[in-house]
Amino acid sequence: MLIGTIIYALINSVILCLIAMGFNLTFGISGVANFAYGAFYILSAYTTWIMINSFHLPYFLSVIFSIIFTMALGALMYQVVLKRVRGQAISEVIATFAIGLSILELFRYFGFVGFEYNLPPFIDASVVIMGTYVDVQRIIIVIAGIILVLALWFFTHNTSLGLAFRGIAQDERTALTFGIDSDKIATLAVSIGAGFAAIAASVIIPLGTISPSDGYDILIKALAVCIIGGLGSTGGVIFASFLIGFAERFTDTFIGSHWTMIVSLAAILIVLIVKPSGLFGKQKELEERI
Amino acid sequence: MKKRKERIDRGIKARSGDIFALSSYREMMYLSAPRFVPIIGFLILPLLLGVYWQKVLLSVAVFALLAISWDILAQTGMVSLGQALFFGVGAYITGALNHYWGVPPFISIPLATIFGGIICTLMLLPVLRLRGIYFSMVTLIIPLMLVRVIEATKIFGGTEGLTGMTPLPSRWVEVYLVIGIMLVCLFGFRRMMDSDYGLVLRGICDNDRSVINAGINIYWYKTQALFIASSIGAFAGALMTHVYMFVGMPVFALDYSIFPIAAVVVGGPGTLAGATLGACLLVPLSEALRGFGGLRIVFYGIFLVVFTVAIPEGIFPYVQRKYNEFERWVEVDK
Repeated sequence: MLIGTIIYALINSVILCLIAMGFNLTFGISGVANFAYGAFYILSAYTTWIMINSFHLPYFLSVIFSIIFTMALGALMYQVVLKRVRGQAISEVIATFAIGLSILELFRYFGFVGFEYNLPPFIDASVVIMGTYVDVQRIIIVIAGIILVLALWFFTHNTSLGLAFRGIAQDERTALTFGIDSDKIATLAVSIGAGFAAIAASVIIPLGTISPSDGYDILIKALAVCIIGGLGSTGGVIFASFLIGFAERFTDTFIGSHWTMIVSLAAILIVLIVKPSGLFGKQKELEERI
Repeated sequence: MKKRKERIDRGIKARSGDIFALSSYREMMYLSAPRFVPIIGFLILPLLLGVYWQKVLLSVAVFALLAISWDILAQTGMVSLGQALFFGVGAYITGALNHYWGVPPFISIPLATIFGGIICTLMLLPVLRLRGIYFSMVTLIIPLMLVRVIEATKIFGGTEGLTGMTPLPSRWVEVYLVIGIMLVCLFGFRRMMDSDYGLVLRGICDNDRSVINAGINIYWYKTQALFIASSIGAFAGALMTHVYMFVGMPVFALDYSIFPIAAVVVGGPGTLAGATLGACLLVPLSEALRGFGGLRIVFYGIFLVVFTVAIPEGIFPYVQRKYNEFERWVEVDK
């Protein structure tokens, strides 16, 4: 029982981490708000579904197509909408949130709700780890999560493009003097963030069904992990996803499933009140509270 | 021959924004018309409309109140993404008072207004120091959390909600009560924001650190603005509870948070009149779109995007500018 809970808590933490990675890259590391993140996540899952079921493409190709499609859509959203309100945090949030709302409600309107909207697992099997049944899909998720985190860490710390991402969040004007085109980098940030959402969706969605209302939950979870971990800190995101992942699983097992969402929401509230820059955040102490 | 458009302020509009040099009856009419047209319109409309559109007018007024409350907060530099918190707390207070103790609506609504304001202010007091987007995120999260808490603990009827509230005496009382309060709030708070008190509030939005430098305790002012805004929201919630005779988890729904923002963004932020105008445009529009079902929310979303990106000043400031100036084509000097 306890070992099973711990194993599932670990997997849950990696899922949270995967979900939050793209949001962290866009909002945390590059400072561009993309509150349509949950919508992109759901959109990519539906794209894969449509590719498989309407166009009869192979599974693998549909996933690749949906990742590219979501990335293109992210770049388009930046160029058409976000570019014009860049720098006005509230307008960015309202505009992107409204886009996400429209995408999700459009899917709901066209009736994309139900059990038939699911993706098949990559390998339909399960293994026994220390007396607990774990299906292979969850193991794939863990592997994908570890690879993505390592890739993101390497990317933002060791490549000039990754350093440019961090640069525009820290000080946009100074970044400009170093020859960093902030519009181009921000486009890439939104686009790659959306791509991460698509990757996360294609490995996580096979565990359940696709539903538009999940889009809001995904956004809140990503927000929770990024806020608690501290914006702009990859280590913080990993720590926070383990914190919330374990807290959720343990409340689910020992208190009741109604309380899982409350735990993560309460965690965000407390962190926001006590230390708005997050547990590991170092950015802009004076700009968030006075 | 090249021409350019020249914009000139009308004669009675002196150089500053709000001083007018009046010299005739006609000019007084010109100034008072924009104020009297909405008042008279709102007072006469319920007499002309049928039962269904009266209900629509009622929700126009309720959403206008929520939008005014959002705008007051935004002008003080606190952008809320959770007006549903104020609405819901007001609704649950009046609901509980009426359901458990049978308090009549004319006592429970004022009580809910005041105590709703106090409770919301106390809830948000710890985060008053947060600025900008961090404050918005807290306000987004609190209503979501309250919904889950009610679901988990099953207080106040849990997912079922409380039913059987006492209705107001008649639909005329409902509609005129809310319209009256809305007009009072609109003109009263517009006046307040123009006074020195409002100047301090707007100063906090523009540059809070220099307001602190002026020796003003901004937290006390922010608390007052929060109390004003949340009382307005709580009143709207309390009234709607007695109209629907029901209070439940939907009062914390995202609609009540998104719609006021959409109204203000469309109407024009920072004027309160813009908030009311936005509600007057959007609520009937959303009724007209009711046939589209879920597609309505998609339309709101697109509206919000178009207005934040393309017309960030909103409709009201545009109309106001056009009203106070005239345009003509003149030749470009060689």
